[in-house]
Amino acid sequence: MTTRVLVPSGVLGLGFDRAALERGVALSPDIICIDGGSTDSGPFSLGAGQSKYSRAATKSEWRSLMQARAQAGVPLVIGTAGTCGTDSTVDWMFDITVELARELGQTLRVARLYSQQPTARVAEALEAGRISPLPPAPDIRLDDLTTIVALAGAEQIQAALATGADIVIAGRTTDTATIAALPLSRGDAAGGVWHGAKIAECGALCSTNPTSGVIMVDFDHDGFTVEPLADGARCTPHSVSAHMLYENSDPFRLYEPGGYLDVTGARYTALDDRRVRVEGSSWVPGPYTVKLEGARIAGWQTTILAILRNAHYAQNAQAWVDRLTGFLQAEIATRMGLDPADYGLEFRLIGVNGALGPLENRTGSPVEVGVLGIVTARTQAEAAEIGKLINPFVLHYPLTDDEELPTFAFPYSPATTDRGPLYEFALNHVMALDDPMSAFRLTVTEVTP
Amino acid sequence: MTTLGDLVLKVRSKNAGPFWVTIDVFCDDPAVYDRLTSDLSTDRVAALYRTAPETLKRFDIPDLRVIKFSLPRPVIQGAASDRDMHGAQYAALLEELTID
Repeated sequence: MTTRVLVPSGVLGLGFDRAALERGVALSPDIICIDGGSTDSGPFSLGAGQSKYSRAATKSEWRSLMQARAQAGVPLVIGTAGTCGTDSTVDWMFDITVELARELGQTLRVARLYSQQPTARVAEALEAGRISPLPPAPDIRLDDLTTIVALAGAEQIQAALATGADIVIAGRTTDTATIAALPLSRGDAAGGVWHGAKIAECGALCSTNPTSGVIMVDFDHDGFTVEPLADGARCTPHSVSAHMLYENSDPFRLYEPGGYLDVTGARYTALDDRRVRVEGSSWVPGPYTVKLEGARIAGWQTTILAILRNAHYAQNAQAWVDRLTGFLQAEIATRMGLDPADYGLEFRLIGVNGALGPLENRTGSPVEVGVLGIVTARTQAEAAEIGKLINPFVLHYPLTDDEELPTFAFPYSPATTDRGPLYEFALNHVMALDDPMSAFRLTVTEVTP
Repeated sequence: MTTLGDLVLKVRSKNAGPFWVTIDVFCDDPAVYDRLTSDLSTDRVAALYRTAPETLKRFDIPDLRVIKFSLPRPVIQGAASDRDMHGAQYAALLEELTID
């Protein structure tokens, strides 16, 4: 059976071409699927359980998609709702949905799929030998994690769709799961389904016009056909096959719950100047495991930024921060009784090696150097106190003893900024499950205007 | 002095999850692809990113005229010492590598 999946964009919150979306609805899709997040922006969203996109942008785009769903009369699914797919961001997305249902006068069945994991469940699985590390995995330590999520696959989305839901709001899923779920349950070829889902998961990024968003994928028994829907956007065998490279450490394999996709045998054919047909990908079944993601607070931060424009200091910036750091460590020890092992104090030289640090292999003569001081301490109060202590020295410290006190440029007042908690990613592991739903839960709500 | 960036269409780097970074060299021209598959050694790229050659995965993909490298991130994404959350600036090192 052919299954037609409309993907409006690579992620909710980044915008899409509204005319292309209308065109997609007119082509009678069987389902509309969009991703809501990823780990790409870092551990903050997962650690704090917050969306990185604004509520206003999310609501405005979700309104268009809810209207498209009503018009098409098919399910609308979002995976990894609210950037990280924790229980809190699933509920955040649900609140937006309820508000919009009222505003649009829609009556809906909404299924929420929760992916967050109680620490006790993961600890029990670890004890039972059901957790395995993926290389390179950090040592597993569960006691201080703020958040753990498991990445749902197609099976859990299928369970959500089986409730008869008009809208599925899923917590953390793999990038491909929402797109793969319906074609798989209708018996389309698994290799083609997972491959097509990977190609479509970033929306029009697999086309010649990446920002246009909207993509349609037709899945069947032999493979899939992909077509971008914006004016002037084209898919070519090159643009489609090159997408397997994107954010993927292995361009031929993609691991999912219950197996992996192998695209070594895939053949890409241009059907015309905008559509590409793909056949020959295979799905290799394996043990049913779900990937885990976790975050913990690794400290609290305060930052300070000074700009060295004076040529003498700009040219000797590294020597200056080395001398300054030694002086400050002694001051912090004397005045606060803290050993350098109790906190972190790092100065990064923007204009010298700010992005690459020790890997930088170029040198030059910068006009000015931004000195970004980052304090990491055990509490926010301690980080802020260190920030205040170092502030006058970052402003005035001399390069040598026998020169006048300099004064550098602070771009704002106060010069220090409390950044709040620093989160770190704490898991790169998979958890084996006998029943795919055993680590996930579903809630179904009838929403009325 | 020719750099890799002078020869190819594009060099791109990006996280592949929080623990890996992946670097794609789009050669475009088949002659450039052929030249780089022999002249660009895996050891040199490993040294550039200060990683052991055995931890650097390399894929030469003739159909796309792409050479792809993947390595464990020098710093885990978002760790206190991470300087580039998206890993997109790592590409600059390879782009500026001189090719004899």
